[in-house]
Amino acid sequence: MRFHFKTSYDTDIDLFPDWWKRGLYLALLALAVGLPWLLDDFFLGEATNVLIWAVAGLGLMLLTGQTGQVSLGHSAFMALGCYACVLLMDAGLPFVLAFLLAGVITGVVGAIIAVPALRLHGVYLAIATLALAILADDIIVLLAPWTGGVNGMYAPPVTILGLEINRWANPAAWYWMALAVVVLVTAAYRNILRSPLGRSFAAVRDSEISAQAMGVDVARTKTIAFGLSCAFTGLGGALMGLFAEVFNNETFNFLIAIQLVMMIVVGGLGFIHGAFLGAVVVAFLPQLLSIITSSIGGGIAIPGLEAAVFGGILILFILFEPMGLYGRWLKVRTWLELFPFARKDMFRRQKSYLKTERLR
Amino acid sequence: MSLLEIRDATLKFGGLTAVNALSMSVEEGQVFALVGPNGAGKSTAFNLISRFYTPYSGSITFDGHDLLRLAPHQVPGLGIARTFQNIELFHQATVLQNLLVGRHRHRRTGMIENILFTPRVRDEERAHREAVEEVIDFLDLQPYRDQRIAGLPYGVRKVVELGRALASKPRLLLLDEPASGLSVEETQNMRWWIDDIRRQMGITVLMVEHDMGLVAKVCDRVLALDGGKKIAEGTPAEVQSHPEVIAAYLGTGAISKTADAKGARK
Repeated sequence: MRFHFKTSYDTDIDLFPDWWKRGLYLALLALAVGLPWLLDDFFLGEATNVLIWAVAGLGLMLLTGQTGQVSLGHSAFMALGCYACVLLMDAGLPFVLAFLLAGVITGVVGAIIAVPALRLHGVYLAIATLALAILADDIIVLLAPWTGGVNGMYAPPVTILGLEINRWANPAAWYWMALAVVVLVTAAYRNILRSPLGRSFAAVRDSEISAQAMGVDVARTKTIAFGLSCAFTGLGGALMGLFAEVFNNETFNFLIAIQLVMMIVVGGLGFIHGAFLGAVVVAFLPQLLSIITSSIGGGIAIPGLEAAVFGGILILFILFEPMGLYGRWLKVRTWLELFPFARKDMFRRQKSYLKTERLR
Repeated sequence: MSLLEIRDATLKFGGLTAVNALSMSVEEGQVFALVGPNGAGKSTAFNLISRFYTPYSGSITFDGHDLLRLAPHQVPGLGIARTFQNIELFHQATVLQNLLVGRHRHRRTGMIENILFTPRVRDEERAHREAVEEVIDFLDLQPYRDQRIAGLPYGVRKVVELGRALASKPRLLLLDEPASGLSVEETQNMRWWIDDIRRQMGITVLMVEHDMGLVAKVCDRVLALDGGKKIAEGTPAEVQSHPEVIAAYLGTGAISKTADAKGARK
């Protein structure tokens, strides 16, 4: 077990507590950057897919894990981000600008939708956002002159500073682009967490009533959280659409939103690592399933198998490991660090004391 | 002029009048206690000041500002901080983070700056941290700084909640039953802290408390409520011996008995 000897408040403010942690994450980044030399094109594509899911997942994590608001409608914002980005590119904007603007547009639209939606709590909010996801599908069809409706759209070629990034011609460049987005979004996420903004999110999540008593404007904080969350998810959606190259109203149906929720629950709610672990599960599970079915069933596709397995995993995690994969890792790590002094009930949830009567 | 002034505040929940034409004024530098049996309307009066409830009629002013014009989250901005009867902390956060939320009203940076974590945000964070460390020193919370609330014992949580309110550097501190559920030593500590909060920090304290021993030791002025109405006001000794207060706590049968007993002694 390592002990931190702190000599300055900056130690707690910095992104990493010590050089060991900093080195660890730098090594991870170096590994991520060097991945194209280690993997073949197929697995590099899969790795890119993981990164894209991670961006979208970080968006939902900010809302659900940090601010405690559920959304079953984030597929709508992925769609919005994707269509906004592609339409702006078609209008002649350079990719980088269109991509960033797509994030901003998604964030602003998300914040506007949040104003009425966030008056709802818990399951009502979940249903309202689910309706949003289903509505998005219809809206894309209705706006067929711009969105191509059911026929879908082709993503224009992506060029950054004159360099064309094509997933078939140079998959490594595509991967690095996704990696850059992931790193930037993760950095922004970490900055939010260590700043007053992130603390106000946590305050709203844990107790709205005392957040108010400390001067946190709950409605405003929720709106900002929803907006930022949608912006991140929109960036993820834009990447996903560009990576798929062809997309229509079905690409971002509400099952994608459910997968996003599953991803952050399985990964570990409230942890950045959770979004990444969840992304790995979501991206690789279909592949794993097809490998298993082809080796056992001889290539017979079982309809609905994927959804059933996803659902089953979600239920098992909620029942047996509500803290997700990252929570499990924390437990294992603590056990190893304290060996042989770890106690079984160290992570047992304490019975919480009586809460103040809710005022509404 | 008094710091906090409530005039004829009335609040009804359906047919129940929770606070009935309550008037009170808290002077700067006082430690003021609200006492009364359960359901007397003490916490409701607190919630009126925090603007969680809006009175049916009457006025509430703080240092000349009309509180009724403000939303609940704007009240702390004037320098009013509070604790809750059944501890309302941010359970998944550490003690340090909880106390830092107390600094929320002093933040000066916006969303974009926060996301980019500009040097200004860092400077502000350092200043917040220093202010919070003062509170940690004052309340001896050093051992718990990086622990999550979810794992802390009740007594410590109570102190953390007091700390969070103090971190906002308020002018008026509302304490809702600061000693409920505390052991004898913890109550003793709370007593010294309330004394120091008034003397060293110059913060006015308004508290609801059942422990009359504590009230008698730290308060200058006590107001007794029953059924939402003021029944007595004065120094702790005056209120404790007020016949209506005794009647409210022990029932009218008891008062005739004590009167009998007094008569018998004569």
